[in-house]
Amino acid sequence: MSTLFLIQLLNGLQLGVLLFLLAAGLTLVFGIMDFVNLAHGSLYMIGAFICASLTFWTGSFVWGVVLAIPIVAGVGFLFEVIVVRHLYASNHLDHVLATFGIILIADTLVQLAWGPEGIAIPLPEYLSGQVEILPGIIFPTFRLVIISSGLLIAAGLYWLITYTKLGMLIRAGASNRTMVSALGVDIKTLFAGVFALGAVLAGIAGMLISPITEATIGMGNDIIITAFVVIIVGGIGSMKGAFIAAILIGIIDTLGRSFLKDILAVFIESASAETAGPALSSMLIYIIMAIVLALRPQGLFPPKVR
Amino acid sequence: MSVQEIPKELESHLKPPLLFGSGRGRVLTIFIMVLLFALPMLAWGMGNQFYLDFSSRIVCLAIAAVSLNLILGYGGLVSFGHAAFVGIGAYAVGIPAYHGYESAWLHFPLAMFAAALFALVTGAISLRTKGVYFIMITMAFAQMAYYFFLSLEEYGGDDGMTLWDRSDFGFIDISNKLTFFMLAYVLLAVCICLTFKIVHSRFGMVLRGCNSNEARMKALGYNTYAYRLTAYVISGAMCGLAGALIGNLQDFVTTDTMTWTRSGELMFMVILGGAGSLFGPVLGAIVFLLLEEILSAYTIHWHLPFGAFLIFCVLFVKGGMNGLVTRDWITGSKQGEK
Repeated sequence: MSTLFLIQLLNGLQLGVLLFLLAAGLTLVFGIMDFVNLAHGSLYMIGAFICASLTFWTGSFVWGVVLAIPIVAGVGFLFEVIVVRHLYASNHLDHVLATFGIILIADTLVQLAWGPEGIAIPLPEYLSGQVEILPGIIFPTFRLVIISSGLLIAAGLYWLITYTKLGMLIRAGASNRTMVSALGVDIKTLFAGVFALGAVLAGIAGMLISPITEATIGMGNDIIITAFVVIIVGGIGSMKGAFIAAILIGIIDTLGRSFLKDILAVFIESASAETAGPALSSMLIYIIMAIVLALRPQGLFPPKVR
Repeated sequence: MSVQEIPKELESHLKPPLLFGSGRGRVLTIFIMVLLFALPMLAWGMGNQFYLDFSSRIVCLAIAAVSLNLILGYGGLVSFGHAAFVGIGAYAVGIPAYHGYESAWLHFPLAMFAAALFALVTGAISLRTKGVYFIMITMAFAQMAYYFFLSLEEYGGDDGMTLWDRSDFGFIDISNKLTFFMLAYVLLAVCICLTFKIVHSRFGMVLRGCNSNEARMKALGYNTYAYRLTAYVISGAMCGLAGALIGNLQDFVTTDTMTWTRSGELMFMVILGGAGSLFGPVLGAIVFLLLEEILSAYTIHWHLPFGAFLIFCVLFVKGGMNGLVTRDWITGSKQGEK
């Protein structure tokens, strides 16, 4: 039982890390440009598909990821220049509708380019095995790779935002956009760059998950809702909130799915627990969101400005 | 200067509001509503069932769009979870029917009541938040409802459930396609009239006031939260009604009617037709479904031009179809009722 619990805890951490990669992009884009990007999940999907093609072309997953990253950045940059840039002045409703249109287009384009079937990405041998992390606890190597690379990226992002010139501009832009542009910063390029950074983070999340689940059309449309729940719970615009909420939601969701049925069976008869368990566990994160918002409408860690 | 003069552009606000609006929009609105009724009748008379079914779908979705417009267009509350109410309404038909209760006098009130209750609970939490939070929370609550119905194995779960019989009204038989269409059309008319009454009542004025300046309404002593919640519940009940109709129309109840993309489509219908205009959502539903039908006949990849059209509308068409019609193209200002 405790072995299973530890393994599920790690699985939860892995989901949380992926959610953070998505939520971080959403947070950057919303925090700085005040832009709601529903199509963020499409970048996750595009990252996965590009990585799949490059993996088959180069014959190595690692090269696939390395080469896919600049391409996804380019896609994000173009996306910003062609569509998103023209929407900053409109309201959130317009953002939602326009990016909804982009989802439709992206799903169709990916289907035209790669076909309707999902693509499984093969892993190199040294990544596809399992390791014994503690005596008696065996865990897939690749999931450990996801967790550690996700945490590394989170640390890198923290460093970028706190200690670099770019990070300073990002923070300044988030608190007062007009002032930053008045001080002579090329705000257009900054916005496009930040958008591309968000795209890369989403793309990496897609690349990391697709060896486990396959790259499929519409794979971003489900997880993006969970990512939205994460940034709502964390407080929209707060990177710290996004990180904590992502890990929390990832772990709660995973543990709920595996243990809620058994926990319920302690309190109610097992037949009803059998049906109520799955229903409740898939609703669990939304229930948590509702509770958090009922108590703190601004989320757990609302950013100080705005 | 003892009497303050009323500016010319505000004069139209002094006249009592008209159901079909005024000016150019009035003729077009009446024309479209007549056409929406007459064309399917004509097609049916000539033995073509397809257009009757198609128009029934338009009318049902138009009811849902009208209900969304009440809070989105007039109340300024961007609900991204309205498909949940449609789904709840549909399941309020499917679940009793599964247990052998066929009466429409149970199904339809249950649909409206269940949707209203869901609106009350989720609205009470969602309305504590504003702006983008509200958009996402309504969406998340709709997902919650979606997963709830998805996990009900007893009622089909993933596969949905077939309705073997449509709701039984007693004196009319809605398994007859023509009767169904007429019922849906009448209900649409009732919903539009109701929205008209609500919007121009004192309640509706407060609701619109909250949209244009909430701080001022609060300063005037209005409990803006209560007004919004009431509007949200009314809208939910109306959308539940649409859901009960849609369930009957499809003879099949599935969670597919409540995915978040459906909410997006409903929102698009409202914006396309013109948010905050009485007949805009009807127009939006017509154009949306026509476009879907025409494009999907040409290519299976119809989402591509459709998505492009959506972006085009957001970027270039302000005020929706209704805005295009009622705008005074010479001076650039809008005429008639907003």
